[in-house]
Amino acid sequence: MRTPVKGGGRPEDALVRAGRALRAVVLVALALLFLLPFYLLVRNGLAAEQDITSPGWTFFPSTLHWSNVRELFDDPAVPMARSLLNSALIAVATSLGTLLLASLAGYGLARIPYRFAGQVFYAVIGTLMVPAAVTFVPSFVLVSSLGWVSSLRGLIVPTLFSGFACFVFRQFFTGFPRELEDAARVDGLGYWRTYWRIVVPNARPVFAAVGTIVFIGAWNSFLWPLVIGQDRQAWTVQVALSTFTTAQVVHLHELFVAAAVSIVPLVVVFLLLQRYIVAGVERSGIDD
Amino acid sequence: MRHSATRPSPARRRSGDTLWFWIFVGPFAAGLALFTYVPLLWSVYLSFFDAHNTVSPTDFVGLDNYAAMLRDDAFTSSLATFAVFSLFIVPATYALALGLALMVNRIRRFQAFFRSVFFLPAACSYVVAALIWKMSIFSGVRFGLANTVLGWFGADQTAWLSTTHPPWYWLVIVTVRLWLQAGFYMILFLAGLQRVSPRLYEAAAVDGARPGWQVFRHITFPQLRTTSVAVVLLLVINAFQAFDEFYNLLSDARGYPPYARPPLVYLYYTALGQGQNLGMGSAGAVILALIIAVVTVFQARWFGLGRKETDA
Repeated sequence: MRTPVKGGGRPEDALVRAGRALRAVVLVALALLFLLPFYLLVRNGLAAEQDITSPGWTFFPSTLHWSNVRELFDDPAVPMARSLLNSALIAVATSLGTLLLASLAGYGLARIPYRFAGQVFYAVIGTLMVPAAVTFVPSFVLVSSLGWVSSLRGLIVPTLFSGFACFVFRQFFTGFPRELEDAARVDGLGYWRTYWRIVVPNARPVFAAVGTIVFIGAWNSFLWPLVIGQDRQAWTVQVALSTFTTAQVVHLHELFVAAAVSIVPLVVVFLLLQRYIVAGVERSGIDD
Repeated sequence: MRHSATRPSPARRRSGDTLWFWIFVGPFAAGLALFTYVPLLWSVYLSFFDAHNTVSPTDFVGLDNYAAMLRDDAFTSSLATFAVFSLFIVPATYALALGLALMVNRIRRFQAFFRSVFFLPAACSYVVAALIWKMSIFSGVRFGLANTVLGWFGADQTAWLSTTHPPWYWLVIVTVRLWLQAGFYMILFLAGLQRVSPRLYEAAAVDGARPGWQVFRHITFPQLRTTSVAVVLLLVINAFQAFDEFYNLLSDARGYPPYARPPLVYLYYTALGQGQNLGMGSAGAVILALIIAVVTVFQARWFGLGRKETDA
């Protein structure tokens, strides 16, 4: 008679249990490894400078210096507050603008009959394969001839037209049930009002998913702000941090606390909205 | 990507549809044309001219810029750097992301927790990650974590980022990207795993396939094919565009070391550095784009992109 007692049963059961235990151990070890860099960031950000550079490295710093945060914002050498503000403005404007433009275009491509809709769609997804290397020189030239170098406009406007976001919206709206829109049509609503009153409220998870991905991308983007934000007043937080890491003399504790401060908004956004990213990937067919 | 299936039947057409199409799509399409297609064409145009410090050059040089770039050791070695980098990073990320997805998918408790932990680095920027790697983990001097841990075992100190024989700097560059991007691709694989029909696993169990390697090889892995194709394509394209971590890990106030310079970094210095050689930079960018296009198309053909997952 088979009994579910531990240690009993067939050898295969023991094998399965051993496999499960091994998997748990591997997962926990990997999870600790993945979290370690975050720990190091916070540890060094709150440590005294000599705790970072002393030869006898310890897991915990000898004392915590919360004053590092104030010191960072008081340091005249780094426009930290200004950089954070720039990054926040850029990330918010870029995600809102991208959501508006890409969702309208995605809806039009998916739902409004037009003879060349297919060709327009291929022109959109074609841009997904254009590497940044090919366009960054002439894009820089274009933006500088518009007089937008070192301005927020130059940092925001060229990034608003994301083929990726448009593609995701178009895929989602294609699979959207038609019944709701048909009901709106019977009620005499045109495309515009159908879109705002029926479609958008029913597509919130996809808006949240795309918005989060775009927000994170805009906050973290580096090459374009490096090229365009030449003036200190136009630095984003990534550019400000980078000038730290490539400089010869740095105050390490200040650098780490700056980096830690820079990821706080993202980790918050991320933890609040990540389930939408996961749901969005599963529902929109990003990987199809 | 097939649009024919979604094209509404003619009966649904209404007057003014074309106008409404352009009201919805027009602003986006105009921006895309201005900020992607115009620069793209401009880049091709510039690549045929001698363009130092100018974007409206008059001196047509034909293919000279291309010939010069292809003879330029620094540029060709940057292409080689990319090739080696992708040979490391693409299989490594693929394997790690797939492994994580399989483990997280099978685990019963704390699934959301583990998924978040592995996905969380995706919220971190290359700049911040490069800082942690350069100044805390792989710091060349004694306070680095790697050297401290190795010191416990009596190993010598290593200057990770400046040692080229053996190429220890690769370890730093590959691990930083692995940490940052594995979680995102894990999510794609998890989405793919959700779509595998449980019936296939039941059928496999009836046929006597042992859970584990056999089921993975004959059921799970073939079912993940389209996801795999998409992941590999994205990984290769992203590897080609590597810039942030190379720039932040390897350059310092003294400049940039000649080794480990991927194409984008080299083009950045050529076009926007002191030389401001926009013609050469554009020629290099076009060469790079052509290589990416060829690799992408070849890869799509090779893996049969667009075929259904259930062909088997």
